[in-house]
Amino acid sequence: MANDHLTFDVHKGEIFGFLGANGAGKTTAIRILCGLSSPTSGDVNVAGFDIYRETEKIKKNIGYMSQKFSLYEDLTVSENIQLYAGIYGISAKKRKEKEAELLKKLGMGEARGKLIAGLPLGWKQKLAFSVAIFHDPKIVFLDEPTGGVDPVTRRKFWDLIYEAANNGITVFVTTHYMDEAEYCDRVSIMDAGKIEALDTPAKLKEKYQASNMDEVFLQIAR
Amino acid sequence: MTQLLSFIKKEFFHIFRDPRTMLILFGIPIAQLLIFGTVIKSEIRDVHIAIYDQSKDVTTQEITNKLLSSGYFILDKNLENTNDIDAIFRKGKVKEVVVFGSNFSEKLTKEGKADVQLIADASDPNTARLVVSYTSGIINDYVKKMHPNLEMPLQIQSEVRMYFNEEMKSAYMFVPGVMALILMLISAMMTSISITREKELGTMEILLVSPLKPGQIIIGKVLPYLLLSIANAFVIVLIGNLVFGVPISGSFILLMLETILFIMMALCLGILISTAAKNQMTAMFISMVGLMLPTIILSGFIFPIKNMPEVLQWLSHIMPARYFITIVRGIMLKGVGILFVWKETLILIGMTLFFIVLSVKKFKIRLE
Repeated sequence: MANDHLTFDVHKGEIFGFLGANGAGKTTAIRILCGLSSPTSGDVNVAGFDIYRETEKIKKNIGYMSQKFSLYEDLTVSENIQLYAGIYGISAKKRKEKEAELLKKLGMGEARGKLIAGLPLGWKQKLAFSVAIFHDPKIVFLDEPTGGVDPVTRRKFWDLIYEAANNGITVFVTTHYMDEAEYCDRVSIMDAGKIEALDTPAKLKEKYQASNMDEVFLQIAR
Repeated sequence: MTQLLSFIKKEFFHIFRDPRTMLILFGIPIAQLLIFGTVIKSEIRDVHIAIYDQSKDVTTQEITNKLLSSGYFILDKNLENTNDIDAIFRKGKVKEVVVFGSNFSEKLTKEGKADVQLIADASDPNTARLVVSYTSGIINDYVKKMHPNLEMPLQIQSEVRMYFNEEMKSAYMFVPGVMALILMLISAMMTSISITREKELGTMEILLVSPLKPGQIIIGKVLPYLLLSIANAFVIVLIGNLVFGVPISGSFILLMLETILFIMMALCLGILISTAAKNQMTAMFISMVGLMLPTIILSGFIFPIKNMPEVLQWLSHIMPARYFITIVRGIMLKGVGILFVWKETLILIGMTLFFIVLSVKKFKIRLE
């Protein structure tokens, strides 16, 4: 049993951290929410739509970025954007505007025609995130988006997440870096398929009398 | 529709940017065709023979001329007695000795039968088989033309003991075989690899999360390979025709339709493999061992099905390539229409439907 009676609500525009040790059931939960797996029982609503009956609507309104970078290495930056824009039915005109704007913001204007394979890891990651929210989803799921990246790059990546949240996109992020847990509005901590704690980082630290999230996590996961 | 188009565009980028894929798609088919082609060509060109003519009359002279002008044989020596036969074989250059019996012309007109003995060097059984069948073919042809009213024109005794093999008569057998092989390779192997690659890289999840429907993903994956396979089939038929002179006796359109049917079958097999394989290596391995080898060995492409052990003959019935090769040979070489290959066509359609149903069932819309 990877998930056992999970109950939680995520608010609009919130950064919701989903924590747990490896094998605690994070990935199973996120896969159910994205429609990659079916739950055996229970009610699930994503972006206000029921996951049994309104799958198509959900798919249009969510973004997803996995641990692996989800960009095509043998396609250029621009071609990747074109592909995802095409899949999500964004018109060519709108795509061109947004693409120019995005690349300017990321400072990657010159890399537009370069293959993804040749880009530094940090760039790939930022780009993967930007592509995941290119179609302005209501909610974006990030499955351990910062795996294998240095702290500085991770910090910069989180700036992008904050910006997305400010624009009204709900962010659902799984991680096992506890410093990242501090950046979230609220976090839930999973252990053996159950949610053991769910609150703001500040309140959790108070409750478990810990100075940082690391200690909170260790107390729960034990 | 635009969704699907942008997906297909991406798929073409993958193909055109990967040197290995390009090599498999365009290099291997031509190389295989040329290799198989030249190998078979050299076997029946310029074979050295010797003739021991005990009659030396008009008929034997004409048959000799026929043999030598066919382009298959070169006369090495005229023998004068039986003892020379053994000696000349030992030298190794001469592959066949044609022995005409005495009073050949006279016997033929009076008794309706005369003796020709074909003795072949069977140290290379394949060549021997071919050489003997070519020689007897030419002799029979000649006698039939000269004496159309005779039913059993000539008694031909062959010293090489072997089953007469009709399939081996045709020098053109390799084109249909290579066609089946290459289409199997491109369609099944490349599709299964390209789908498993997406699984391996994690991009498949992104596609499944997106509004693309599973059907669209499959079509987007398969369509580029369908188009490229058709192009390839076209090139193979063209090279076969222009370089090796393989005729297209039947309807070209029917040939292409049957080819598309076979490609569809192979594509479905590719999808099926991709649902079973977790990564590209496995997909390649299954395609190689599970599809390529049986296609080469069991389809009748190289080894005649009639000569196989019974178990393998039975196994060959489930080889789609077997039916395709029969169809292509029929259309290209014999010039037959759909009336003669409808059974094979129906079997291929059945197999295609079976694989479609099975792979759609197994294609995991929701990855576990």
